[in-house]
Formats: sequence, structure tokens, C-alpha cells
Amino acid sequence: MYDSGKIIPGLIIFVLFVTFPVWYNHGDAGAVPKPEMPKNAKKCVLPVAQMRAEHMQLLLDWRDEVLRQGEWGFITIDGKPFQRSLQNACLKCHTSKKKFCDKCHIYAAVNPYCWDCHFARVKK
Amino acid sequence: MKYTFPLGAVIVLALIAWLGSQIPGMQYLFGVAVPYLAMALFLGGFCYRVVHWAKSPVPFHIPTTCGQEYSLPWIKQDKLECPVNTSQVVARMFLEIFLFRSLWRNTKAMVYDGPKLTYESSKWLWLFGLLFHYSLLIIIIRHMRLFLNPVPGFLHGLEFADGILQIGAPNLYLTDVTILLALILLFGRRLTNRHVRYISLPNDMFPLFLIFAIASTGIMMRYFFRSEVDIINIKQLALGLVTLHPVIAGKLSPIFYTHLFLVSTLLVYFPFSKLMHMGGIFLSPTRNLANNSRMVRHINPWNDPNIKPHPYSAYEDEFRENMVEMGIPVEKPLPEKTED
Repeated sequence: MYDSGKIIPGLIIFVLFVTFPVWYNHGDAGAVPKPEMPKNAKKCVLPVAQMRAEHMQLLLDWRDEVLRQGEWGFITIDGKPFQRSLQNACLKCHTSKKKFCDKCHIYAAVNPYCWDCHFARVKK
Repeated sequence: MKYTFPLGAVIVLALIAWLGSQIPGMQYLFGVAVPYLAMALFLGGFCYRVVHWAKSPVPFHIPTTCGQEYSLPWIKQDKLECPVNTSQVVARMFLEIFLFRSLWRNTKAMVYDGPKLTYESSKWLWLFGLLFHYSLLIIIIRHMRLFLNPVPGFLHGLEFADGILQIGAPNLYLTDVTILLALILLFGRRLTNRHVRYISLPNDMFPLFLIFAIASTGIMMRYFFRSEVDIINIKQLALGLVTLHPVIAGKLSPIFYTHLFLVSTLLVYFPFSKLMHMGGIFLSPTRNLANNSRMVRHINPWNDPNIKPHPYSAYEDEFRENMVEMGIPVEKPLPEKTED
């Protein structure tokens, strides 16, 4: 083998680079986030699995319906009215942004721009 | 044939993963076993190929020079096109690796009235290639958010920059658009440019189709078919893989398994294909050598040390008598015979 003084270190750097996540985590995957569920409500606007996967699209649809089309009305799910609102509907039950939204968002490195305009109430 | 075979192969691979991952008990195979095997083959194959290349001797200094070489002091040397020392080579390699500089030499022959033949630089390949490679790089780095816990700060910055247009939810990434665009343009180039179409092979098409399928399955599950795409479960699996304790926590979408399987295919395919230009660019003797053959004696590594140099003077010494006899001119005349 020729130029092994350059090629072997190069290969080692490459392998270390590709396997970077292995060294970074040191075999510790960390805890899976458990967002705090509301105590006073059992049902959300959609089933759990769908909410987990699609809530961001629902919120964006609501935003467009309310702010761009002026449809401020309530939606009724199982006879229960819900306002199309992050602050007046979602945060009614999920009272804490910190204990609910942020749990998964931090884990998955998602930084939604909801909070550019909306205000997350802090419990006194 | 050169389009249908690779396209068919990608479709079959996608179907294998799509249908296979729906069979109960097969999630472990597609979610854990295949990615591990693919990574092992990728790293092993990559190192094997590089070491294999490193074993080939380079008998001559063979840099491609396309500029004025180092010469008399009043002749300006082209330091990038004809490097003579390591720092110039490093500068040339840097521009090659990061900006694909040599693709500016991709010329197009045209005949004008006259007739006049011109070779103009055709920069489309360079542009599409640059667009593709940087999109892919950013996408790969961005995916690290699923493999690292806690997520380091610079990834948040990258996420923000890539999704800066804030279109839709989840945020539309610019690189998702540019990689598809670049792949379409690169493929279109192979279709519309007659010369390139003629020399294109199935193994040129396969990576294009495969990466297109990977990007589109990724885009599909991010923006369009989100059912069962629970990012927490996915990150749990990804972290499990890199911490060597893989778990499949919940039911995941068949699109996810297809995406993962196609990425695994790409990893396996990588070391055995033209995609090895990733390592090869560092080891190309036409790029990484200095054009110093007039300053430094380059010893051919496979020379037999027992064979000693045999200059012309020694050759003439050996054959002088025969040469003179045959009337061949000699540099040194025969010693004059003393007449007894």
C-alpha cells in the first residue's frame, strides 16, 4: 500500500465522521419524551395517533380558515364544541406549553413558529 | 433498456419494502437488520475500495495540467492549473472538492458557419451537480436531528435556515425542492444532450432514480401522507440504532420503511459503483499530484532494485567495437591500435 501515512488517517477520519452519532450519544438514547396529558379532558379533536402525526397541519388549516377566510365559528366533535384556536382551545386542556408542546418539540428539534405571535401562558 | 431496467429495479425495491414491512414481524428486518447490514457493507466496502486503490502503484506523476507550468521567473505560472508544490495542490484539490472546479472544463463542440469549430465551456453539469451535491449534504446533516440527543445547536440553525420560507406545516425545506429539481435537471441533461445520452448507462440512471425515490418518499411522509409518521417513534428507532439498542416502539408508516430501505440500498450500492467518486476524488492521481517531474525525481514504485541504470555511455562501451565495425557513429572512438 502506498501513501498509507495519508490514506489510513483519512479513512479513520471518514469512518469516525460517518459513525459520529454513535460517539456523540455514548450509547445513551435518553428518555423518550412523555408530554403531560390533561387531567380534565379525555378526548381531543382527533384520535391520538392522528394528532401525534398531523397536529401541525390541523393547526395550520385552522390558522388559514380563521385568519384568511374569517371562519371564526366552532367545530363540533362528538357534541362538544371546539373553537379553532391554539390559545382558546388547545391550551385550555394542555395548559402548559412547557410540559406538553416543548417535550416532543425539543426531542425532535422542531421549532414551530406558533410562538412568534402566540403567547404561552405561564401558570401562576 | 437503460431506462427501464434501473427504473424497474427501484420500483421493485420500493415494493419489497412497502409490502414486506406490512407483514407482521418483518418490521425488525426492515427497521433494524437491513440498516445495520447496509451500514456495515458501506463502511467495509468503502474502506476496501480505498485500500485497493492505494495498493496500485502510480508509476509516473500524471497530473492533468491545463495552464502554464512553473518555468522561467518572467513567465507567469498558473498555480492552480499546474501546481508544483503541496500547497498549490491542496488549493487545487480544495476548489475541486468544494466547488467542482474542473467541471468548468466540460466543453461543448459547436460548428458555426465558416466552418468554424468551437469548444465552449458548458456549465450546466457544474451548476446542476453543485445544486445536487450541496442539497444532499444539507439533507444528510439535517437528518442528524434524528440521530443525536440532545440535538446540538448548529442543527437548529440549519433547520431554521432551510425552512426560512415558513411555507406549510411542517415547514417546507428549500433543499427538498432543490434536490428534486437538481435530479430532474441532471436526468434531463442525460436525455436531451445527444452525446451524453449515447454514453449514459443503466448504472448512471440507477443512482439518479434511486436518490429521486429516496427524496420523494421523504418528502411524501413529511408533507403529504403523515398518517403513522410519528416523529418521536422514528427518532426512538434512529437513536436506538446508533446506541446499539434498537427498538421499534410503534407502528410506522410503510413509506417510512420504504424510505429507510432505499437509503440502505443506496449505502450498499455506494462502494460498488460510480458513487465512490466521493472517496475517489481524493485519490485521483491526475488531481492530487504536483507537476514537479522536472524538479523531483519520481521513482517508479515497482522498479526492480536489482536492475541498475544503464546509461548510453555504458551501452557504447559495451558495443563500441561492433558499432564501429557496422559503421555506426560513436561518441568515443575506439582506442587506437598500436601497430607492432
